[in-house]
Amino acid sequence: MVSGLTVNERQRALVVLALLAIVGMAMAAFGAMRGDLLQVHGFVVLLFSLVVLAPVLKGYFAPEPPAERLHDYYDDPIKVGIILSMIWAVFGMGVGDWVAWLLAFPDMTFDAAWSSFGRLRPVHTTGVIFGFGGSALIATSFHVMQRTSRARLADQFSPWFVLIGYQLFCILAVSGYLIGITQSKEYAEPEWYADIWLVVVWVVYLLLYLRTLARRKEPHIYVANWYYLAFILVVAILHIVNNLAVPASFAGVKSYSAFSGVQDAMTQWWYGHNAVAFFLTAGFLGMLYYYLPKRAERPIYSYRMSIVGFWGITFFYMWAGSHHLHYTALPDWVQTLGMTFSLMLLIPSWIAAGNALATLNGAWHRVRDDAALRFMMMAAIFYGLSTFEGSFMAIRPVNALSHYTDWTVAHVHAGVLGWDALITFGAFYALVPWLWKRERMYSPVLVEVHFWLALAGTLIYVFAMWNSGIIQGLMWRTYNDSGTLTYSFLDTMIAMHPYYIARAIGGLLFLTGTLIACYNIWMTIRRPAPRAAPAGDTPLPQPGAPLPANPQPAE
Amino acid sequence: MDIQHHMLVAFAKSYGLFYLLAMAAAALIYACWPANRARFDKAARDIIDDEDKPWR
Ligand code: HEM
Ligand code: HEM
Repeated sequence: MVSGLTVNERQRALVVLALLAIVGMAMAAFGAMRGDLLQVHGFVVLLFSLVVLAPVLKGYFAPEPPAERLHDYYDDPIKVGIILSMIWAVFGMGVGDWVAWLLAFPDMTFDAAWSSFGRLRPVHTTGVIFGFGGSALIATSFHVMQRTSRARLADQFSPWFVLIGYQLFCILAVSGYLIGITQSKEYAEPEWYADIWLVVVWVVYLLLYLRTLARRKEPHIYVANWYYLAFILVVAILHIVNNLAVPASFAGVKSYSAFSGVQDAMTQWWYGHNAVAFFLTAGFLGMLYYYLPKRAERPIYSYRMSIVGFWGITFFYMWAGSHHLHYTALPDWVQTLGMTFSLMLLIPSWIAAGNALATLNGAWHRVRDDAALRFMMMAAIFYGLSTFEGSFMAIRPVNALSHYTDWTVAHVHAGVLGWDALITFGAFYALVPWLWKRERMYSPVLVEVHFWLALAGTLIYVFAMWNSGIIQGLMWRTYNDSGTLTYSFLDTMIAMHPYYIARAIGGLLFLTGTLIACYNIWMTIRRPAPRAAPAGDTPLPQPGAPLPANPQPAE
Repeated sequence: MDIQHHMLVAFAKSYGLFYLLAMAAAALIYACWPANRARFDKAARDIIDDEDKPWR
């Protein structure tokens, strides 16, 4: 990997890493002076820069890469991104399942602070959303931007900076929660210094995307790029505004938000819902609009619909955030506004889901035979389901029942497991053989097994939480004849217990599928590198012989 | 504060509607403009086979 960089780029990497190490040492020193947790994060930054430094130094004296490389796409960072994303998937879903068991058996914290539910839960959400989802989005966006523009990445250094720098953000976030660093805003928990770092990384990401697009061959920009760009641009805006804060001290982790009270709540859920919209939806729609038609070898059913859907999603989502604050101190009209826009959102959402399914219409035999394509189809179905459910839950009286209950958790995981994770796995199963120039995945059977495990896991999870959530919501609002509540909180906990166990088992199935995917991807990569054989000079396949590994153009 | 609140509501209720309608019209017109058809069709078709080489 490092040998693919020019000496100049290797030097740039050294400089950046040296600067990072110095920042880490400074953080550690200042933190130590105040006895602040910043000290720990200083060491994390230092260690991170040293760990990345090792391969750069090791490859530093390798010969310069040949100039011909510039005539090919630059895929190294995509490959590393896929692997990082899968590592995060195992970690994040592993913690997710741990948290799930913890809800069923609350004694499993072993009296340690770091293993309490409140600390492990954000480790799960950050690990899966930002670690797994974010790395997958970055990796696939590097692929999509190059192929659709028919242009090589604008330079070789910034993709690495984005991918690796982003990992540092995720590591700071996750390690921070375990030792108690959080600004207590859901999905925006990391403190000010990590937030500033993410802004730097994100700006480089945006510039890289724009510079690569500027090299494109056709004037028209393929629609998948619009979705990816919306993801990058809007996440930048959301992140900066929601994290506006004043550090209590530059030598400490604690900061105070620039907003307070109901404004803070509104800003947070404007952020929170648009994180769903632009992180967990727009970016993944970019994936859908590229990998699904390509894998099915059929152009998208209606390109026009994809454009109309794009503008619908970008403009409606912006206004929907207040549905997270129904029946709060937020003015009524803002709640109504959020509800109305949430209902309208169903239209562009179903445009996208319908467009994907209509693209497959006529290719159902491929969906039957090709599990990668089936992952993508199932993702489109779950996308349609979870957006329908979301629009429904945004109606105020419905939300009165669903809010604070496991129904929300069911909705979330129908979206993130059924939609985001499935589309990612589908894209990876298509992408891995293309990038590593293998004919197909190491084991199509294991892809098949993964598909059924993931589907079963999602369904068990979602049905368990629907049941649990509705029971919980109904128990909370049951009054007896004397006008007091019939059930205590503990009663609801007991009623939910079996569903918690079912959810944890569903999660385990999903996690098992992910582990199988890791093995399959790893074995695909490790298969002998392809060698071009002269025409007609291929041996007959022998029973029991290793699988052929012919280089083949994309299927 | 009160004035600001009322201003905001009035603004959202009047201007908000029209600007969204205008946005919707603009997006629909762009998507359905006949002259764009060929470009869209080509864009949709071109991705099916794009693994060859970058043009630069
Ligand atoms: C093995 C699979 C998974 C399991 C077992 C699992 C389990 C859990 C559990 C137990 C919670 C806490 C629910 C509560 O507080 O009552 C949770 C929350 C959450 N998980 Fe997962 N999860 C999994 C996969 C994922 C994935 C892949 C994503 C995202 C890409 C994700 C995103 C979230 C989010 C956003 C929340 C917060 C929901 C809310 O605040 O309403 N999860 N998960
Ligand atoms: C039309 C689209 C959608 C609408 C209108 C919608 C609406 C809603 C509503 C009303 C809630 C419950 C708020 C509450 O009671 O606190 C919610 C929660 C949530 N939704 Fe959706 N949803 C949509 C699509 C999605 C999708 C596709 C995903 C994931 C990929 C998703 C992820 C989430 C998450 C993570 C939460 C939990 C937030 C939290 O409390 O931590 N939503 N959504």
